[in-house]
Amino acid sequence: MSTARTEAQPLRARLTGAAADACFFDRAANVRVADLVCGTSLQGRLANLCGRAVLIATAAQLTAALALIELDGIARRLLILPPDVDPDHLGALVAGAEIDAVVTDRTVPPQLAGLPVRAVCTPSIVPLAAPPRGGERTEWLLLTSGTTGVPKMVAHSVAGLTAAIAPRAAAEPVVWGTFYDIRRYGGLQILLRAVLGGASLVLSSAGEPVAAHLSRLARHGTTHLSGTPSHWRRALMSPEIGKIAPRYVRLSGEIADQAVLDALRAAFPHAAIGHAYASTEAGVVFAVDDGRAGFPARLLESGRNGVVIKVVDGCLRIRSPGAALHYVDGANSAPLRDSDGFVDSGDMVERQGERYFFVGRTGGIINIGGLKVHPEEVEAVINRHPRVRMSLVRPKRSPFTGAVVVADIVLTAPSAAAADEADLRDDILKFCRGALPRHKVPAAISFVPALAVAATGKLARRGV
Amino acid sequence: MSIKLTIMDEMARVAREHGKTLAPLHDDVALLDSGLDSLGIAVLVARLEDRLGLDPFTTSDDVQFPVTVGDFVKAYEHGTH
Repeated sequence: MSTARTEAQPLRARLTGAAADACFFDRAANVRVADLVCGTSLQGRLANLCGRAVLIATAAQLTAALALIELDGIARRLLILPPDVDPDHLGALVAGAEIDAVVTDRTVPPQLAGLPVRAVCTPSIVPLAAPPRGGERTEWLLLTSGTTGVPKMVAHSVAGLTAAIAPRAAAEPVVWGTFYDIRRYGGLQILLRAVLGGASLVLSSAGEPVAAHLSRLARHGTTHLSGTPSHWRRALMSPEIGKIAPRYVRLSGEIADQAVLDALRAAFPHAAIGHAYASTEAGVVFAVDDGRAGFPARLLESGRNGVVIKVVDGCLRIRSPGAALHYVDGANSAPLRDSDGFVDSGDMVERQGERYFFVGRTGGIINIGGLKVHPEEVEAVINRHPRVRMSLVRPKRSPFTGAVVVADIVLTAPSAAAADEADLRDDILKFCRGALPRHKVPAAISFVPALAVAATGKLARRGV
Repeated sequence: MSIKLTIMDEMARVAREHGKTLAPLHDDVALLDSGLDSLGIAVLVARLEDRLGLDPFTTSDDVQFPVTVGDFVKAYEHGTH
């Protein structure tokens, strides 16, 4: 294991082997990676942040990326604030993580004005005489994508965050792109892949339309592109999808069903297509690259890279060097791992022959008169219909059975006439009846122009 | 199509989809003897909401459970007034 070496080397030092022309791009700016090896984005404040617990609260992803690279090994703690966090929760997060410094690229919000150290981060890199010595084993705090209340803070080490990243293979130059925000686990993985691989990285800007983002990804020659299945379905609906030609297409964060894998295969016939299974708590667990949904059952027997996977009551439990260390939450500190070191993923699987398939989340089960349904298993069937691009299955209250399932469906092309919609509705229901027991067949179907995708890149789900 | 005919039409359709046989429907036939089970009735109510734009059974918290086919139809007829 190379853990000791990885921990000893802060991220900045690992930029030294980057390709000479490697850059981090967003819509407004670009930063040459080589300039950052001995330069700073922090306007002379780097030394003031030594040993601090620093909140990274930037508007842009680019400035967050620069600050994270510079502060690894310097700060005691980095709390990464995604852009969609409710400002009302800021106080609790700052207190819970004992934050005593903030890095931002805009006016410091009033809730943070009292912090002892405030630093501004910009994409203009100023040469640095000598980077501070550092030597901190920086703790990285990420927020979980929970739905209500103050998000949980999950602590990682850089060694854990990078445990699943293979060493650089010096072949053709790599340009990473991601539909994720790098301030969430899935996006941060891509930032770290770019840093460790000496690659360029194309980031999206706040409020940037999908088409504009795709055009920029194309302009920078993106070779490796990552997002959730919902991100990809949305991209596949954009005419600009034809402009990009990635060599590697990566999905994670949601169940990659066969329909989305097939659609990506059709769009990118020559690309390697992989779906990774990862979560903020469990880290990157595995990646599947055979183009098929689910994962081979043999992964349970032979974990790679020290990862051990088991199924308990239909639910995946993970022990992994990539898993988070612990929750950071004074009042509500349930252990992250069980006594054997396993993280309960909350992801339910079902074995069919030599393969496991994801069926849904333990918390997302819909109860229909005592029978259980995972919305995701119904969506996976609906999404296989040739005219369906994506779908959301949700519970609808019923006094007769407690709930029924109903489906909101986005078509690959909007239907022209109402009569066509009625026929299509019948056809999709017939399709579902052929593949599902009747309590799982949607009671009603609505055709919608689009489905809401949350800031996490996942389909926005609500309860009953 | 009248409300009653719409309901009968949709009942026949749900029964067909669920592989059930409908009994001859009179107003005083108990709903659960109609041939539809509770899942079938739940699905019927969801479909009728699409067709008639109303669900008389989930709009209020104190639901009057319809006992007969006649009660069921009346709930929709009253709901639209």
